Amino acid sequence: MVKIPGKIADRAKKEIKKEKLSKKEIEKFNLELEKRYNDAKIDPGESIGIITAESFGEPSTQMTLNVFHFAGVAEVSVTVGLPRLIEIFDARKKPSTPMMEVYLKASHSNTVEKVRKIAALIKETKAEEFVTETSLDLVKMAIFIKLNKEKFKEVGMNVKSFVEKLNTSLKTVVIKELKDNSLVLRSSKQLTIQELYKLKEKIKGVLVVGVKNITQVLPIKKGNEFIIMCAGTNLKDVSKIEGVDMTRTISNDFFEIADVLGIEAARAAIIDEASKVIEQQGLDIDIRHILLVADVMTNNGRVQGITRTGITGEKESVLARASFETPIKHLINASLVGEEDKLNSVIENVMLNQPVPTGTGLPGLLAKMKEKSDKK
Amino acid sequence: MVDVYLNQKFIGTVEDSKSFVENFKKDRRKGVIPKSLNIGYNSKQNEVFIDGVSGRSRRPLIIVKDGKSLLTDEHLEKLKKNEIIWDDLVEKGIIEYVDALEEDNCYVSLHEKDLDTEHTHLEIDPIIIFGLCSALVPYANCGQSSRLNRGQKTQKQSLGLYASNYLLRMDTDVSLLHYPQRPLVRSFLYDVFDQDKHPAGQNVVIALMSYEGYNMQDGIIINKGSIDRGFARSTYFRPYSVDELRYSGGLMDEISVPDKEVKGYKAEKDYKLLEDDGLVYSEARVNSDDVIVGKTSPPRFLGDLEEFSLTANIRRESSVTIKQGEEGIIDMVVVTENEEGNKLVRIRLRDERKPEIGDKFASRHGQKGVVGMIVDESDIPFSSTGIKPDLIFSPHSVPSRMTISHLIEIVGGKVGALSGRSIDGTTFDSEPVADLRKELLESGFRENGTETMYNGITGEKMEAKIFIGSMYYLKLKHLVANKIHARASGRIQLLTRQPIEGRAKGGGLRLGEMEKDCFVAHGASLLLKERFDSDKTNVYVCENCGMLAVSDEYRKKYFCTKCGTNVEITKIEISYAFKLLLDELKSLCIYPKLKLKSKY
Repeated sequence: MVKIPGKIADRAKKEIKKEKLSKKEIEKFNLELEKRYNDAKIDPGESIGIITAESFGEPSTQMTLNVFHFAGVAEVSVTVGLPRLIEIFDARKKPSTPMMEVYLKASHSNTVEKVRKIAALIKETKAEEFVTETSLDLVKMAIFIKLNKEKFKEVGMNVKSFVEKLNTSLKTVVIKELKDNSLVLRSSKQLTIQELYKLKEKIKGVLVVGVKNITQVLPIKKGNEFIIMCAGTNLKDVSKIEGVDMTRTISNDFFEIADVLGIEAARAAIIDEASKVIEQQGLDIDIRHILLVADVMTNNGRVQGITRTGITGEKESVLARASFETPIKHLINASLVGEEDKLNSVIENVMLNQPVPTGTGLPGLLAKMKEKSDKK
Repeated sequence: MVDVYLNQKFIGTVEDSKSFVENFKKDRRKGVIPKSLNIGYNSKQNEVFIDGVSGRSRRPLIIVKDGKSLLTDEHLEKLKKNEIIWDDLVEKGIIEYVDALEEDNCYVSLHEKDLDTEHTHLEIDPIIIFGLCSALVPYANCGQSSRLNRGQKTQKQSLGLYASNYLLRMDTDVSLLHYPQRPLVRSFLYDVFDQDKHPAGQNVVIALMSYEGYNMQDGIIINKGSIDRGFARSTYFRPYSVDELRYSGGLMDEISVPDKEVKGYKAEKDYKLLEDDGLVYSEARVNSDDVIVGKTSPPRFLGDLEEFSLTANIRRESSVTIKQGEEGIIDMVVVTENEEGNKLVRIRLRDERKPEIGDKFASRHGQKGVVGMIVDESDIPFSSTGIKPDLIFSPHSVPSRMTISHLIEIVGGKVGALSGRSIDGTTFDSEPVADLRKELLESGFRENGTETMYNGITGEKMEAKIFIGSMYYLKLKHLVANKIHARASGRIQLLTRQPIEGRAKGGGLRLGEMEKDCFVAHGASLLLKERFDSDKTNVYVCENCGMLAVSDEYRKKYFCTKCGTNVEITKIEISYAFKLLLDELKSLCIYPKLKLKSKY
């Protein structure tokens, strides 16, 4: 009797109860369940890895042929198709177009105004944007700043908190507020003209409102609620903003996901992102192939791409690694430490012209010799 | 102030570039300035260029003044009566030739009806937007542009009468179509370009239907009766050339029937085709490996041979034979001299090629296909009037490719065949399809070109009405006879001991990386090993040091050069390529130690 995994066993129990089966029927049911469970399992020696690779490889040759581009659509540009798929499987440290979908708690997403407000809070806004004019007074060694009233209204902020923000990030600066909507900034230290100029540039770059790295925000309606699409990702800081539903908010940077939410979340993100690309291209790849790739990429606790520095570089066999990329480097490094190749996988055996250990090449023959009985 | 350049050289400046260019053009049209000069004003660089160098490509355009074409009906009338000719129009300043530079300042209308006051020129005919081959495609305005592109390409690959002096030529890889015809449906430019002098296809009766599934996926079915009557027959020519080379020491090749003492002498019967001068006679039937030129060469390493050998000159046999897989009739034998004054023999082989399964055919609309089956005439479906199609084309090839022009040509061809005239299929200016349909109806056929057909095998009436008509078909130069290739065993490479590459050398067919993946995916492990056995070798390994040992098969002694004879030496089977890898590793100063273990 094969052990049926918990989830299936639980469901089977429920069904048995619901249908009120007799003892004989239960026995029959269990036999059938076992048979089907065994049928669904992958046979020993099945080359699932290469089948997965072929399942991705073949459709992706068609992908390059029909490259759709949404010219003129007023949305943020996103990498799609083959380039994105390569990016996912190579596990590049930063996606070429980092994106984040911020979901909101129900209490905050019912009106457009509330959503806009949160969006403005998320968008990275630097001091520069609150300023219409800056000038230097070289005699008094001071910086004059004229403020943009409208911008303050838009974000819903007063000058006082703006000054506070500047003070917290630039500790040496003394700020004085003038009547005509402008500020005078002086340093507590003695500055040269060059240093003063540098300080001015520094002030411009101070993050006043929003989350770092989020360059663009776009509230859109998804189903019957509003979500905020962001260009740039920063899961950690977004989670601190009130009204953001962190249980659903996602990013397309799975290294960040691995950092913030853990490796299982990163695995799920890889699956999501890969399926998204395949779906967009109108292709059909069995989910199990994607699952396998995601599992392989994450199974040792960190995200690793299918590259010579990633999982391919962790192959046990020297010859297998050498046959992938930079052969000389691998061979020389292996010889320095005296590595041994056990010839346990496919490529090495192809190189040596030996049967590969999958399919018909997997089973060996164990012959039990009967000892001659001396009794007769 | 604008700089003026003549033939890319600065010659001066003008104040008002606009009036200067206008006056220049006016004077040129009047004949004051040579017609071969073109002028252009480049607004970006603010410079005027005048060009008269030879080798520019120029095109004729009708001059437009105030939104009216200068070419009037009066001129056309005169042209028809042969009172004036083209050159008169150019002389009068009605038509002018414009080069790429001047074209930038022109505003050209494609159609006369679109003219407005801003236009400077009118295109002579809208078909001018096509190239030579594209213009020959009939009803091209009724098809997809990419298909026109492909249809144009296939015309260049078609067999026909490629040159009228073909009998005197020694071209490589050419074919000649027997009984070429002029198309029933043709473009006006067919006559302009004198295509009649080198026709490239034949008119066939074509039916759009499936036949036993042998015409799926762009396959076509050909009526054997049509082939017997000469449809798509062609002659293939292949030249062989032999030089009588001179070597150092005054020695040279000799073209003659080789003596029996010659090294590598084949057998007497192998030279039976040769005449006394060592060349085949023309009209000889030859097969693969037949000797067509008897030739002997001086020995290869002369120096040491002459001193020690008693038989002074043992010459080598180096006759020229017909290539593997080729046959035919010797068409022509030419004996001349090459540039160095040596004897040069060129022999042309001729081979008649009947259409066979795998030959490539195409219509002029980018609908190419490969012969899938040749059917006996008795089994071909027939219409109520007894018409049997020469060619059966799959209807599935049409919808996704949207080649409406292909279908129109069939209707047009049918009308043309019935009325005994050619149909004008010039793009943008063709006979309207409605007229063709009307004429077809008047001839007593269904206006959409379909007919009731009967199964050729059972005689049953087919439920569907079959679309049948005539169209121009091209036999393309890709003949299977020139491409078919298979090998069981043969020559191998010296370095890797793997089979050599290429059909001409009788090489193997590579089982590549991705094909290998397929074997692995199927779990066909042992089959894969067998496929890669082409370079398997037995090597002896010293179990002590793990390096390759030496085997002295003559004395049945096996030893390791490092560990001597007193070690275990085992024979293993590996690919020769892996042995090379081991050698290469050793050359990198990496010690590849083999540890042997029983597989079972």
